[in-house]
Amino acid sequence: MTVSPAVPKSWYLPSKPHKFCPGCGHGIVLKALGEVIDELNIQDKTIFGCDIGCSLLSWNFFNCDSTQTHHGRTTPVMVGIKRSRPELVTIGYMGDGGGYSIGSQHLLNAAVRNEKVTLILVNNTNYGMTGGQMAPTTLPGQKTETTPYGRDTDVTGYPTKGPEFLNALTQDDAYIARATVSNYRQLKRFIKNALRNQIEGHGFSFVEVLSTCPTNWRTNAQQTLHFLEDEMEKYFPVGELKNPLGKGDK
Amino acid sequence: MSLIKIALAGEGGQGVQSIAEIMAEAAYNQNMQTIYIPNFGLEQRGGVSIAFLQFSDRRIGAPKFNKADVVIALSERAIGRTAGYSDENTIFMYDNSYPIPEAEFPEKAKKVIGIPAIEIANNKLHPRVFNIIIMGAAIGLTKIVSFEAAKEALIHKLAYKFEKDPNLKELNFKALQMGKEMAEASMQEGVEVRA
Amino acid sequence: MQATIGESKKAFMTGNEIVTWAALAAGAEVMFGYPITPQNEVMHYWTRLAPKYGREFLQTEDEISAGFTVCGAVQAGKKAFTATAGPGNVLMQEPFGMAEAMRLPLVAIIQQRGGPSSGTVVYSQQEVTLTTFGGNGEGNRMVYSTATHQEIFDYVIKGFNVAWKYRFPTFILGDGYQAKMREPLTIYEPQDRGIEMVSPYPLIGKAGSIGVDREAEHLCNIYSLEEELYDVVLQHAEDYERIAPEIIEYEEKECEDADILIISHGVVSRAADDAVKALRAQGIKAGYFRPITLRPFPQQQLRDAIAKSGAKKMLVAESAYGQLYRLIRQEIYGETIPIEGLFMPGVGIIDYDIMNKVKSIL
Repeated sequence: MTVSPAVPKSWYLPSKPHKFCPGCGHGIVLKALGEVIDELNIQDKTIFGCDIGCSLLSWNFFNCDSTQTHHGRTTPVMVGIKRSRPELVTIGYMGDGGGYSIGSQHLLNAAVRNEKVTLILVNNTNYGMTGGQMAPTTLPGQKTETTPYGRDTDVTGYPTKGPEFLNALTQDDAYIARATVSNYRQLKRFIKNALRNQIEGHGFSFVEVLSTCPTNWRTNAQQTLHFLEDEMEKYFPVGELKNPLGKGDK
Repeated sequence: MSLIKIALAGEGGQGVQSIAEIMAEAAYNQNMQTIYIPNFGLEQRGGVSIAFLQFSDRRIGAPKFNKADVVIALSERAIGRTAGYSDENTIFMYDNSYPIPEAEFPEKAKKVIGIPAIEIANNKLHPRVFNIIIMGAAIGLTKIVSFEAAKEALIHKLAYKFEKDPNLKELNFKALQMGKEMAEASMQEGVEVRA
Repeated sequence: MQATIGESKKAFMTGNEIVTWAALAAGAEVMFGYPITPQNEVMHYWTRLAPKYGREFLQTEDEISAGFTVCGAVQAGKKAFTATAGPGNVLMQEPFGMAEAMRLPLVAIIQQRGGPSSGTVVYSQQEVTLTTFGGNGEGNRMVYSTATHQEIFDYVIKGFNVAWKYRFPTFILGDGYQAKMREPLTIYEPQDRGIEMVSPYPLIGKAGSIGVDREAEHLCNIYSLEEELYDVVLQHAEDYERIAPEIIEYEEKECEDADILIISHGVVSRAADDAVKALRAQGIKAGYFRPITLRPFPQQQLRDAIAKSGAKKMLVAESAYGQLYRLIRQEIYGETIPIEGLFMPGVGIIDYDIMNKVKSIL
């Protein structure tokens, strides 16, 4: 007898099994997001917008209304939707390239304007969909297709610390956090807080999620976890940088 | 009335666009076809500002023109900038309060006339009504609108200022009148207007 | 929606101010914009008037964002628009492409300025190619080129209607002169002229419970399979070609017996109109043809004008170096009439310019 794993009610079953590579962290993030959508009972009013890159593979992941945009432009599309229909819950889903590189001006300015959207940015330190090029988040010395000898910080600078810069730009009503797929319960809690912060009308809500990309990292299971927990989490500290929901909710 | 084309130029801040707008409104209020294009180059401040105006009782074609019936240039730089709009049918008016090098003037003009608007504004009226003297002169030269219509448009535009200071109204009307009279006088042969 | 204009009335306004009043009268609910000359006053008037009528505005971080926020707003069911020019039009080709791909009823006012690059801020007709065929698509757009202030008002209203009726991005192509100059016109409420405004509707975020009252909407903009994209593009092309005859607009005068046809668009057609009258008065048989829609282009109508006139030559007059000329040549491919150009990029064209050119080529 085979037993199907429990899946969130808000998942769109015809699109399963999903298309992410084995060992990819996207599935974990989207499972947490699905459970939160169920728990907050927002399936009917959620608009899920996805960027271009591996995050695009989440396009019909949920049985919620969704829209595809352009690389880096998910943020302004979600802003346009949210400003038009404040009763909707808008979730922008993007990678580190879309959020921190080509779409950084949108991310920065949405934060400054305290746009009441929730953005989830998956940081796997490279451009996965296009074959593993250097991303704004590639660690110093890390080898990618465009840094074959390792990222040289003299040439390309240091990795972008998104939550930290967004924290500096926002006021107290924004929610800013960094989670990791290695800590599922915390990840889910942060995503839930980020959505509650939008639903309760506080303001801009952002979660960066440290994630894995064994395909492009060319790592086995053990090496993948090691890179995530020992390398990435050392450079990118995990935790809530700003939470307006009050201590009791943390 | 057939088509009348006016190019009006001065230094940024001299109030060229304000009086162009008032004249355009005055003509519009008299049911004339009117087109007014403000020159809006990069120089919002500190450059030469030009207004292109056309008035007619019929539909007006192209919004811009190559040669004007009347060019009014209010500074040395404005003269250089507008000389190209003058040909053998153009009345070219400038402010002669300060000497202008001969080379700046247009090669062709039906008549070049100088009026000392800055000097009169500074010495006899008030520096702030300089542009209103020019507006009076433009109306004196072109007769695009009646003197009364020009006064009404002026009241409409400056009502809030006139309310604060009733003396301003008389000052503006006087400036308008003096400008008109100077322009009319200058059109008479052999009359050189000096302050 | 609240009445904005009330009784039909005469007005003496700049083109940018007219855009604002027309957008209000058309029921536009939100504008997203980024400052660029010569469209700035559209935003200035909109931000002053919109709150009085419960409409909204957001100044975005750049034109890319302005275009994409419009895409989001129309997906959410709001009549949204933007206005731009020159380099801003270049940046907006990205969201305009998305609107083409996803069939979004985006409306954009383009007040052309000089190019290439930042060019001049004043006037030109050099955004014809960009506005009609910009982006990595097939140019499935509606582009209205206006010539008078009355047309700016009329076509902005019409633009919202065709955008929401046919679901192709719609452009009102003006220029710096039209944006900044003042000219008399009549403004009115569309319903007083018997114009029924098409109501907007949401593409996502619809009422009802998913799986009970409705299915989830998954709006697609990127395709995994070549064949999938092929089907979509062919469907869009078929839709576009089918509706084109309903969209196409043009103006034609004195073409029946013309020896020379003068073709122009937008503000230059005012000078062409005068030139044709003056040439006729001098005994030169000139004809006037003006495409109002540059996309879709009145190609059959122009072919008919060539045929019935038996004209020996055609003159294309434009404030660009051949953008309308190239568009015409591709649209009337196969016609053998020689085509001459009067190309004056970045500067205004007056009737004398056209008359002199006609005399030099006849």
